[in-house]
Amino acid sequence: MMDAITKTLLEQTAGLHEIPQGAYNIRQDGKLLSRNCNEQIQIVSKQDKDGIDIIISPNTHNQSVHIPVIITQGGLNDLVYNDFYIGENCDVLIVAGCGIHNDTNQNSRHDGIHTFHIGKNAKVKYVEKHLGIGQNTGEKNLNPTTRIEMETNSCFTMETVQLGGVNYADRKTTASLQANATLVINEKILTTNQQKATTDFTVELLGDNAKVEVTSRSVAKDNSYQAFNSNIIGKAQCFGHVECDGILADHAVINSTPQISAQNVNATLVHEAAIGKISADQLIKLMTLGLTQAEAEQQIINGFLS
Amino acid sequence: MTFKRCSMKLKIMLELQHISYTVSENGRQKTILQDISLQIGDKQNVVITGQNGSGKSTLVKIIMGIIQPTSGKILFNGEDITNLSITERARKGIAFGFQQPVTFKGLKVKDLFKIILNQNFDCNECCTYLSQVGLCAKDYINRPLDTKLSGGELKRIEIATVLARQAKLNIFDEPEAGIDLWSFDNLVNIFQNQTATNIIISHQHKIILIADKVVLLNSAKIDKVGTPNEVIQFIDANKKCARLRGDK
Ligand SMILES: Nc1ncnc2c1ncn2[C@@H]1O[C@H](COP(=O)(O)OP(=O)(O)OP(=O)(O)O)[C@@H](O)[C@H]1O
Ligand SMILES: [Mg+2]
Repeated sequence: MMDAITKTLLEQTAGLHEIPQGAYNIRQDGKLLSRNCNEQIQIVSKQDKDGIDIIISPNTHNQSVHIPVIITQGGLNDLVYNDFYIGENCDVLIVAGCGIHNDTNQNSRHDGIHTFHIGKNAKVKYVEKHLGIGQNTGEKNLNPTTRIEMETNSCFTMETVQLGGVNYADRKTTASLQANATLVINEKILTTNQQKATTDFTVELLGDNAKVEVTSRSVAKDNSYQAFNSNIIGKAQCFGHVECDGILADHAVINSTPQISAQNVNATLVHEAAIGKISADQLIKLMTLGLTQAEAEQQIINGFLS
Repeated sequence: MTFKRCSMKLKIMLELQHISYTVSENGRQKTILQDISLQIGDKQNVVITGQNGSGKSTLVKIIMGIIQPTSGKILFNGEDITNLSITERARKGIAFGFQQPVTFKGLKVKDLFKIILNQNFDCNECCTYLSQVGLCAKDYINRPLDTKLSGGELKRIEIATVLARQAKLNIFDEPEAGIDLWSFDNLVNIFQNQTATNIIISHQHKIILIADKVVLLNSAKIDKVGTPNEVIQFIDANKKCARLRGDK
């Protein structure tokens, strides 16, 4: 049976109100809580280390896999390797994410190492949410690593969200794209207090018409710190666009380090970055609708991270 | 000529008393508005017109509280609102449509309506206001209020949000800018059918003609206040004078 904390974490990280339809693997405090496979989707525990292989047969359509991880204890270090093998022509939704509820004085940490092998013509939507809850001094730390290998004509959309409560996060995402592959990454991160969040993207565009779009939106408040590093390497006739927007408040710091490396005369790579406090015009506009300044700020931030 | 609004019974809704606004630019004082006094009656349509840079937008921003005047007083329904914030003035019933609509990242058209209509938000109500400006609600409520919307679309949404506020006093800063000719007549109708007081900044003849009162601003000062015909004749006479003097 699941207790209230587990339920809340599942709801907020994986959008689950009940046991999901389709395949799933729920991991709690370093152990398997429950799992469901079906004809098209196999989930197999690794023998040599902690983690699972998720194998999705070719031509699987309209199916989902939920693999949330939850931690409800202090002083736990959870390292897990998840490898996804997505067959050709699939069209699937994968929901991951990790929630830590730590009310102790000891730090808890989850490192999820995810590798995706996306077959030809396959289409994947991947959603991952990260969340920390708990009032005590025990830190909630999350370090997701994502490696995406995309075959020709495949399509991968990744939504990664961290909306508070995580003390330290180190996100690393690497991808390589063959011809006609499309990668879309949307990242949203909110940090407050003394929190630190670092993001690194390295994307290699190897085949003609490979395309990547990275949109990162961050809000940093109080004394928090965020760093956004991206490196897009174009080795073919390809297109890459990185947009990094940050809203800064109080004494927070956001660093953005764009790198684009065009190694083919037909590569088109663009990086846009804008960091600053909430624009006065936006605040004024919402205040003319009757909101106070504080209410207006909240609306602008909610919209920005929505 | 109709006399639907009898000036003797006219209740004053907004009164500007000796409003001045100066800024210092490179150490020099620059007067943007000089001693503006004006009375606006309840349910009047007042059009403010005048050359680019004459101070029209600054004047309405002072009414909304976006800019604080250097001196002078603003009375709204008899109450001194000079030191009230934008929020307080909005809550007292002043609505404002910007000359250049503000864009956001992430906020959607529907979010603005949610703020305005509060709990009462529903799609049909949005539809009422958006269709008044010629937009189909279902095409627009989920669109982000960003620069992907065209200039005219942003401007129409801006007008719809002013209408949705159902305020006592509506301020529109050049509402016709970017609106195509076909929709322009609808816009004029909106102003004519309003049950609120409207202050409209405009350069358009058709909008000037529907005004109960026209205010002509010229280099920081009021040059002339009168009926549409009076002000138009005044402008024409001045043009003639200027030509005779050999001005450009
Ligand atoms: N903060 C400021 N500092 C310096 N000059 C300013 C400032 N604000 C406004 N101005 C100047 O005051 C004048 C009036 O500006 P305002 O925007 O009110 O003009 P306007 O009549 O609305 O013009 P338009 O028809 O072009 O919209 C302009 O010359 C403008 O450059
Ligand atoms: Mg103006």
